[in-house]
Amino acid sequence: MNAWRVIVAAALLLLRRGKPAPPPPESALDPRERSLPRSARAELLVAALLALGGVVGGAFAVVYLLDPANETQWLGLALGGALALVAAALIVAGKAVVPQEVAVEERSQLVHERQEAEVAELAAQGGEGVTRRKLLGGAAGVAGVGLGAALVAPAASLGPNVSQRIDDTPWRRGVRVVDERGRRLTAEDVPAGTFVTAFPEGASLRDLAAPIVLVRLPPGAIHLPDGRDPAAWAPEGIVAYSKICTHAGCAIALYRYPSFRATQPRPALVCPCHYSTFDPARGADVISGPAGRPLPQLPLAIDPATRELRANGGYSASIGPSWLNANRGGA
Amino acid sequence: VSAALPSRDGTPPPGRDTVRWIDERAGASPALKRTFRYVFPEHWSFMLGEIALYAFLVLVATGVFLALFFQSSTAETTYHGAYAPLAGERMSLAYSSTLQLSQDVPAGLLMRQTHHWAALVFIAAIVVHLLRVFFTGAFRKPRDVTWAIGVTLLMLAVLEGFAGYSMPDDLLSGMGLAIAYGVAMSLPAIGANAAFLAWGGEYPGGHEFTTRLLTIHVFVLPALLGLLIALHLALVIRAHHTQFPGPGRTQGNVVGTPLWPAYALRSLGLLAATAAVLFLLGGLVQINPIWEWGPYEPYLATNGAQPDWFLGWLIGGLRMMPPLEIHFWGRTWVPNPFWGGAFFPLVVFATLYAIPWLDRRLTRDPRRHELLDRPRDNPQRTALGMAFFSWVALVFFAGSADRVLIRFGIPYESQIWFARAAVFVVPVLAYVLTLRVCRELLRSEAHPLRGWSGRRVRRTPGGGFAAVGEERDRAP
Repeated sequence: MNAWRVIVAAALLLLRRGKPAPPPPESALDPRERSLPRSARAELLVAALLALGGVVGGAFAVVYLLDPANETQWLGLALGGALALVAAALIVAGKAVVPQEVAVEERSQLVHERQEAEVAELAAQGGEGVTRRKLLGGAAGVAGVGLGAALVAPAASLGPNVSQRIDDTPWRRGVRVVDERGRRLTAEDVPAGTFVTAFPEGASLRDLAAPIVLVRLPPGAIHLPDGRDPAAWAPEGIVAYSKICTHAGCAIALYRYPSFRATQPRPALVCPCHYSTFDPARGADVISGPAGRPLPQLPLAIDPATRELRANGGYSASIGPSWLNANRGGA
Repeated sequence: VSAALPSRDGTPPPGRDTVRWIDERAGASPALKRTFRYVFPEHWSFMLGEIALYAFLVLVATGVFLALFFQSSTAETTYHGAYAPLAGERMSLAYSSTLQLSQDVPAGLLMRQTHHWAALVFIAAIVVHLLRVFFTGAFRKPRDVTWAIGVTLLMLAVLEGFAGYSMPDDLLSGMGLAIAYGVAMSLPAIGANAAFLAWGGEYPGGHEFTTRLLTIHVFVLPALLGLLIALHLALVIRAHHTQFPGPGRTQGNVVGTPLWPAYALRSLGLLAATAAVLFLLGGLVQINPIWEWGPYEPYLATNGAQPDWFLGWLIGGLRMMPPLEIHFWGRTWVPNPFWGGAFFPLVVFATLYAIPWLDRRLTRDPRRHELLDRPRDNPQRTALGMAFFSWVALVFFAGSADRVLIRFGIPYESQIWFARAAVFVVPVLAYVLTLRVCRELLRSEAHPLRGWSGRRVRRTPGGGFAAVGEERDRAP
């Protein structure tokens, strides 16, 4: 830090020495002036900065050749340093080596009254002798609309029309629940106090409808919306919701689970993009944040023999961000 | 002082043959003469646009380097590069080639980080330049079209920046694209079709989508940006820079430094200085270490994620919006992300485009303006501008409420409720306060940074006040 101060102060001293204070320009109505700096010191400084810039630039090549893979910092320092030195040289040269001039330039006139009239006249002359203007104009309009339609139409090739496929999901009754490596999950794989990301067996992990979050809650704390029988939708207190936020499509990746019931709020599933917060005990109702509807719930069944988890049907609503015909679920 | 300087002894000047060579082919000497004598008025704030231009040049240079290595593809591959923690991981070609060019290509990380920093500085310089132009009234005729082109440049630059950081297919870029898809879906009525057109089907899309990102980021938007920058500059040169009022300065002239040689040297110096700062940042200050985020899958997300700064106002809008959706007849006509992600930026950009027209309407002043206002000279404009920009800034800061929670422990939901109220209160306060400050400055002619006017007083033992010393006046 101190070294920098000394360098800057020295540079200023070198440039400022012997220069009279500039006269106050207030009085001058004619601001034009031209002066030749003739500062041997400034020329020396510029030469030194340029030479040093060359050396540091060369250092970039040396660093690159010696150890190119892991020297990002040295490369940046060398290239940035060389550019900084050249920048300093150019600015000092511009301010203290070359002639300093305040010039006055008259602004060019933008409005040319006579020629404007001539241009308008020339444009109008182009239509001289034409009799059926309206007909031609109408025909040109037809051509424009038709050609425009022809030019815009191929844009439809960019993507398929929205069909019911958007609501297709790989989940149906009996589909096994697996983790991201394809291992089948049992009820014991879903402990209380955390959430588990799961998928339908055999489905693509990139399908938005595939991922779900599983959480285990005390069965007594669960109050699902009307029509969702806890035996089919929350067996043993395990509930499953689509992992894709109904707000903007990010993955639900936070689970707020209070460890001190007296002071902390209820369990909640939270999207880290815009902090939409859903209540897993109440059908993923929106507690706070911008989401406009609950997360779709997936009914579950626990195989009595193997304890494996299976889907007990499809989602309660459309998954992912809402759109015109999205099924909001519920009544 | 003469514009045409004859040589001292009548012999032709040394560069004469070169100029003749050019002239015989291009007839350019009258244009060259005008160019050499082109006058730039002096003010530090006139260099903000230049910084944006020079950052764009750095973007093009580093971007070409990156394009020689980047593979835009979602095809799955196994990573075998220099970064050991990800060895053997399955990932997309886009992500692995970005890792390769960062970790294995000599100087690749320097170029990638400099590219990213340059994008941040490019858009920041445009925004500050826009504020300067607004608060000095430089957007008025004959520069209203120049202003509209500038606003378009800002919009395209934001899109270009977003497309850029969406390309490496790392966790953060994927989260950004998921949100973009959600916002596209939220467009009233046409949303799902618009999103399907853009992504070539349902999110996350396939090869078509990454190809589109690449085409848009490295060809369509840079070409448009370059074209509009050229048009912007052509209009600036045609009407010349504006200037602040001063001795000898009128509506009809420009007082300042001619291009050759002093201004050219200094401006080249600014180019080198901008590039120097960007390469120093690129070399020394880490940005977007995608190997730490990991590859993206639609079922993954991370907490505390923040986009590049120029999208902060959109994430703020999305986050602070109450859960309002318009649905009736069993259909969702306006899904929630529309408000913060589409309607809000639409309002902001529409306002920016309308500013020259609004100013003409409110001031009833259709004349050509070549002399700038100081912000205080037009208290109404400055106050309205402060109200508008403080509104946008507030939404911007609401986007970082999660970081404030982590750093300062202020509850997230309290901050959001505060912001929801403040967007209505703060612009009004900003308006009233700015109006009063401008009027006071105008009356006293004091400069807020350079001094004060008035008189020092001292309390007397009897309880009264007595003036000390002379009255001090900093009015110019």
